[in-house]
Amino acid sequence: MSIDPTLHENPDEPHFLKTALTDRSFAIGSCITLLIAAMALLSFLWTPYDITVLTVADKLQGLSLAHPFGTDHLGRDILSMIMIGARNSIAVAIVAVGIGMGVGVPLGCWAAARGGLVDEVLMRFNDLVFAFPALLSAIMITAIFGPGAVNAIIAIGIFNVPVFARVARAGALSVWPREFILAARAAGKGKFLISVEHILPNIVALLLVQGTIQFALGILAEAGLSYLGLGAQPPMPSWGRMLFEAQTRMIVAPHLALFPGLAIVVTVLGLNLLGDGLRDLLDPRLRRER
Amino acid sequence: MSLLSIENLSLDIAGTPILKDVDLTIEPGEVLGLVGESGSGKSMTALTVMQLLPEAARARGQVTFNGIDILKAPEEAMCRLRGDDLGMVFQEPMTALNPVKTIGEQVAEGIRWHTGASRANAEDRARAMLDRVGLPEAKFPLSRFPHQLSGGQRQRVVIAIACALNPKLLIADEPTTALDVVLQAQILELLRELVVENRMGLLLISHDLAVVADMADRVTILRHGEVMESGPTASVLTEQRHPYTRRLAEASTHVPARPHTPASPNTEPTRLLEVSNIVKDYPGARKGLFSRAKPFRAVDDVSFSLDTGHAVALVGRSGCGKSTLARMILALDTPTAGEIRLAGENLAGKSQRELRHARRDMQVVFQDPYGSFNPRHRVERLVAEPLHLLDEKPSAQNRRERVAEALHLVGLSPADMEKFPHEFSGGQRQRISIARAIITRPKLIVADEPVSALDVSIRAQVLDLFADLNHRLGLTYLFITHDLTVARAITDEVMVMHEGQIMERGPTHAVLDAPRTEAARALVNAAPDLNQSLKKRRHLEAGK
Repeated sequence: MSIDPTLHENPDEPHFLKTALTDRSFAIGSCITLLIAAMALLSFLWTPYDITVLTVADKLQGLSLAHPFGTDHLGRDILSMIMIGARNSIAVAIVAVGIGMGVGVPLGCWAAARGGLVDEVLMRFNDLVFAFPALLSAIMITAIFGPGAVNAIIAIGIFNVPVFARVARAGALSVWPREFILAARAAGKGKFLISVEHILPNIVALLLVQGTIQFALGILAEAGLSYLGLGAQPPMPSWGRMLFEAQTRMIVAPHLALFPGLAIVVTVLGLNLLGDGLRDLLDPRLRRER
Repeated sequence: MSLLSIENLSLDIAGTPILKDVDLTIEPGEVLGLVGESGSGKSMTALTVMQLLPEAARARGQVTFNGIDILKAPEEAMCRLRGDDLGMVFQEPMTALNPVKTIGEQVAEGIRWHTGASRANAEDRARAMLDRVGLPEAKFPLSRFPHQLSGGQRQRVVIAIACALNPKLLIADEPTTALDVVLQAQILELLRELVVENRMGLLLISHDLAVVADMADRVTILRHGEVMESGPTASVLTEQRHPYTRRLAEASTHVPARPHTPASPNTEPTRLLEVSNIVKDYPGARKGLFSRAKPFRAVDDVSFSLDTGHAVALVGRSGCGKSTLARMILALDTPTAGEIRLAGENLAGKSQRELRHARRDMQVVFQDPYGSFNPRHRVERLVAEPLHLLDEKPSAQNRRERVAEALHLVGLSPADMEKFPHEFSGGQRQRISIARAIITRPKLIVADEPVSALDVSIRAQVLDLFADLNHRLGLTYLFITHDLTVARAITDEVMVMHEGQIMERGPTHAVLDAPRTEAARALVNAAPDLNQSLKKRRHLEAGK
């Protein structure tokens, strides 16, 4: 039959969560992500050491029971810094994805609904933004408006907009020709209402997957900006700046670079796995093949 | 020995029984019709013969093709058989071809793979085969891509691929269901010729008794995976010994009882819809940066009117502009020129806000009971959607009452409100679709092929429902269909459309029994008719 299988749910399907946890990449990805998030939340209440207190006597210690990840050149506990740094990374990524979705999705839906000139202009403008390498432009923005967490967030957020606009538009375009949209139009609903009631729920899956991927990219971008000194400013610890500070002491104390680097790698890996798993779960065609 | 013999075939997929003790045989040069409703296991029988079953399927029994035990044959042996001695034609010509390869490549592919012929040789044979199926090279060079062909032409390519190596058995799974009647007649004729020429066996799978009666020497009727009855077509379908056969035959010629008393018998009929000189042009394909091909005229100066309480069929081949016309009537598309008046009010050129009032009076029922609902909403919300047109938003309580009433009218229970569309069968979904259309108590319902996707028995029920609502609510219908049996069953008048124009209009029986124009005659002649095919077949069998 000529019926598109993607959007028809199977009545005999087991509950979503049950299938979800049997998907390996989803299970691992969500575990890692939850762990990092829990770590960041915990840091508000408790960290092993107070990182505003400098005990220079303990500087550059190796791994020990007292300091599982060692200490930095000012004697601060690396584990505590990574825990607090997670907050910063996650906050930047959440807000940046939020900006991207908040602006990009309505733009994409609008372009798909209106078509014609609106679509053309919006998408060409999209291409324009796409043409600039995101990180480079973020450096430019923070260089002009001054370094800092807020400017980093805005810079990363702006470059998320076209990504979400593209994805939303593509998804919406494939839903628009379907008959239930025609039925809704025959019921007198306008394009705005149809977009909100019918298009959005049908492209949420796409957006979620893209969201997790952009989240990972946001964390990377933030680390990159902080590394260059354009992200969060001291004394707020951030994974990127920890890497930068560790660079000059690579030979003496390699663990300084190792742990923040690992934190970035593990978080990005976890989010990518989560995104992969979500995509597989939400696309029944892929699910059936496995 | 038979060409294909299936004995005691049972099949289950992941533990669900699909087929139970199916027996059938096909001789060389014979056409066997395999008939059944959706879910009866017709396609699974075909896939068993091809050994293209899903992973989880387990087949037991005996399937012998040309002396080979199919169920035990290794995959390499099957690969040699498929496309060589065993050909298959699928239902949907739009998806059965690879869109990025030319038709020549696709026909030659199988030839090269099976015979090891050189590219040039294979292309020669492909050329001859395409010529044979009615796509001569002069008009359809091998370098054409599938999207450059129409549906009927694509199905010819699919048949060319299947028959390129003169298979001993061809399996055709609903080969004409996606095509209009004229194309259907042509494709069936082609299949019939190929069977005679090559003494090929043909397993014709269909839900349409008329097609099977027209084509098949013998027929096997399948229901819930079991063979109900089998034998020579004419005797099975005329004697109708098995109750299920009788039910199928009755359902496929079902005519709903329509008491011919309009809602208010004493008054003059009132004009509900008046369409005058309506034209729709679509811009031509872009040829250069600033130039375009000539615009395509989909609807060409059409005028007609509908009276309240009447049911009119708009029939025509696919692509004749009937759906475009319907969309303009529903104000989903704006006409290039002309006027549409609903109860005296002109619709053309009105803004969405001004149309709200008119929209309440006209609603639509679509063909595809699967695609016409947002899969993520519950029935209550789906059915209540048009209530949005009311000037005063009904309260939640009132909304539920209205939905319950509409569901009741279409024969569903109010408890169904809480369910999602996927919990219903195709026929039930079509009822929900009708409930949605009548909830604002419209005067006009435009139904675009409302029963073509349904099984015959369900189709009969849905037609009954349409007839009943016409009587009870005084609804006016515009049925858009290419199926003349539907038009015959339920409408008072027929309009025949051809290339954007209405060629003929008149009382249903007058037009369909004695068509005056060429376009109408082509449709009527091509439409399969169960009783006439049976008559012809009885003559044939008596003559033997």
